[in-house]
Amino acid sequence: MLLPFFYMLREGGMKTSITELLTLLEAMQKGLAGQSVDDFYFLARTTLVKDESELDRFDRIFGAYFKGVEDSLADLFQEIPEEWLRQQAELNLTEEERAQIEAMGGFEELMRALQERLEEQEDRHEGGSKWIGTAGTSPFGAYGYNPEGVRIGQHGSRNRSAVKVWDKREYRNLDDSLELGTRNIKVALRRLRKFAREGAADQLDLDDTIDKTARNAGLLDIRMVPERHNAIKVLLCLDIGGSMDDHVRVCEEMFSAARSEFKHLEYFYFHNFIYESLWKDNRRRHSEKTPTLDIAHKYGSDYKLIFVGDATMSPYEIVYAGGSVEHWNEEPGAVWIKRLLNTYGKAVWLNPEPRERWEYTPSTKLIRDLMGDRMYPLTIAGLDDAIRELH
Amino acid sequence: MTDNKFTGTSSYIATDDLTMAVNAAVTLERPILVKGEPGTGKTQLAIEVAAALGKPLHEWHIKSTTKAQQGLYEYDAVARLRDSQLGDDRVHDIANYIVRGKIWEAFESDEQPVLLIDEIDKADIEFPNDLLRELDRMEFYVYETKKLITAKHRPIIVITSNNEKELPDAFLRRCFFHYIKFPDKDTMTEIVDVHFPNLKKDLLAEALNAFYKVRDVRGLKKKPSTSELLDWIKLLLAEDIPPEALRAEGSRSAIPPLYGALLKNEQDVHLFEQLVFLDRRTNPQ
Repeated sequence: MLLPFFYMLREGGMKTSITELLTLLEAMQKGLAGQSVDDFYFLARTTLVKDESELDRFDRIFGAYFKGVEDSLADLFQEIPEEWLRQQAELNLTEEERAQIEAMGGFEELMRALQERLEEQEDRHEGGSKWIGTAGTSPFGAYGYNPEGVRIGQHGSRNRSAVKVWDKREYRNLDDSLELGTRNIKVALRRLRKFAREGAADQLDLDDTIDKTARNAGLLDIRMVPERHNAIKVLLCLDIGGSMDDHVRVCEEMFSAARSEFKHLEYFYFHNFIYESLWKDNRRRHSEKTPTLDIAHKYGSDYKLIFVGDATMSPYEIVYAGGSVEHWNEEPGAVWIKRLLNTYGKAVWLNPEPRERWEYTPSTKLIRDLMGDRMYPLTIAGLDDAIRELH
Repeated sequence: MTDNKFTGTSSYIATDDLTMAVNAAVTLERPILVKGEPGTGKTQLAIEVAAALGKPLHEWHIKSTTKAQQGLYEYDAVARLRDSQLGDDRVHDIANYIVRGKIWEAFESDEQPVLLIDEIDKADIEFPNDLLRELDRMEFYVYETKKLITAKHRPIIVITSNNEKELPDAFLRRCFFHYIKFPDKDTMTEIVDVHFPNLKKDLLAEALNAFYKVRDVRGLKKKPSTSELLDWIKLLLAEDIPPEALRAEGSRSAIPPLYGALLKNEQDVHLFEQLVFLDRRTNPQ
């Protein structure tokens, strides 16, 4: 009973488990669902959804299932992030190409057309010049040659050189190589906090002494603890957008984990590499920037600096002035990261890409050199090493 | 099917989905986790459920230093040490020094109680994990006296969270979940009605308009919520402010009277005043 619905929820990306399904069935057996669909909906929601962020997804799946439109499940994933529609229009385009886009009505027009066609189009498509698919000359799709093309569903290769990476399966099953869940990361990050209490035991622990003495039937048992330096300060810089899209989820988990774990934590976003400014709110990345120098001045050198990024980019983005894909940078990124590293002696770079792949990307090697080999994979073991390095 | 069903009370408006969530939790005797904006009545829910079903209420308020063990019991070793030196006879029985926690109290209750675990997210990250067995089987073991404490009646457990920390999956799986949405205008009218039954219709309409307008101001640190609205209306009534005074701000360029009750944050008040000031300059009347 309800099994198809259950599997649809799981396909839809909800982490509903058997326990919850059984609870729902038990509740229905006790007559809680009543006669109306509304009641059943409320009951199913309170049983199966465990976080308000999943409510919307649940509603859509519920709607799709109970209208019998099972096929429309695919549509659930077809939303185009507004961010993409609006920004990065300047990305990677030569003057000539830009002129071509202008001829087609500009970037916004292009994205609007994409959205329309996504809605119009129902089947997989190949070739041709209008529909979205592969190997065509339409501006939308993969492996095509339209310079202002928007890439859709193209896996691997091509080094992500299209204007947009628009994979419908943005949340493809979380890669097995990424074993880090939010709680895992939290546990690992706690180690960072823990060393706040390491060192010589030089303070009398009154509570513990009383407790141990009492348990000892009154024989004095002195207990000592190390002094508490509650001063773990972390400056977290997260790569966002572009080639990081695959890792955005891991990064966000990392980010949410970190935020509740430290008292002194500042976080900033960057795109691909560090330049003269970073930003705090990704939605307002163009209007509210913080100069990197200000950051280095404001946050003292006792902050631990953690970069999270896949370090996959064109080497130009690191070593050349003007190499940034987003804007014109007066000074190369390498200069900026050196400035930060000069300020912050304790710094690591966490890389969500598996370590085996690092060798094949020149930019990863470059960054590793810049970081003085302090690059670690984003796994429990890697975090352990990174935290040891930060000590 | 239990005979008692929760449908809200004379002082608490419960929406249909909330009613369903509570009744499911009551029927299946499983904890219910309630989240929502501050001030939407999460804590109040447990109090009202207890009142509506006529059951005793046990409240356990969680702080950042609270340990799961404290909800079960604590062993007062210091008292025992003192008694041993005074030669008190009580010292021979360790059970005399076991102090019961809130969960134990609820387990021992002679009729089915309501247990409120308030703001569970304030505690340490491992806190919910330490309560898994207790919430699941409704029993725990007292090591000092080697006794197993089992709930006489499985309590109705209401847990609230403000989302400061994420809760572990294993814990979530054992709970029903409800997110209290911010009430829409109709529900809000009902809520205000039960609190101020004699409120004039026009004053209420104007007050609600002004209230939602303030909520729509962008960039507020803490948006005013239901409890602030109720306070504000109380003040409006006390000061006997006529509805017209509120309507005057229909032009968006006046500050609602007594707005200090709605905005609790200095920066917010400041921001709000600035916006009103700007608005007056750009739209002079």
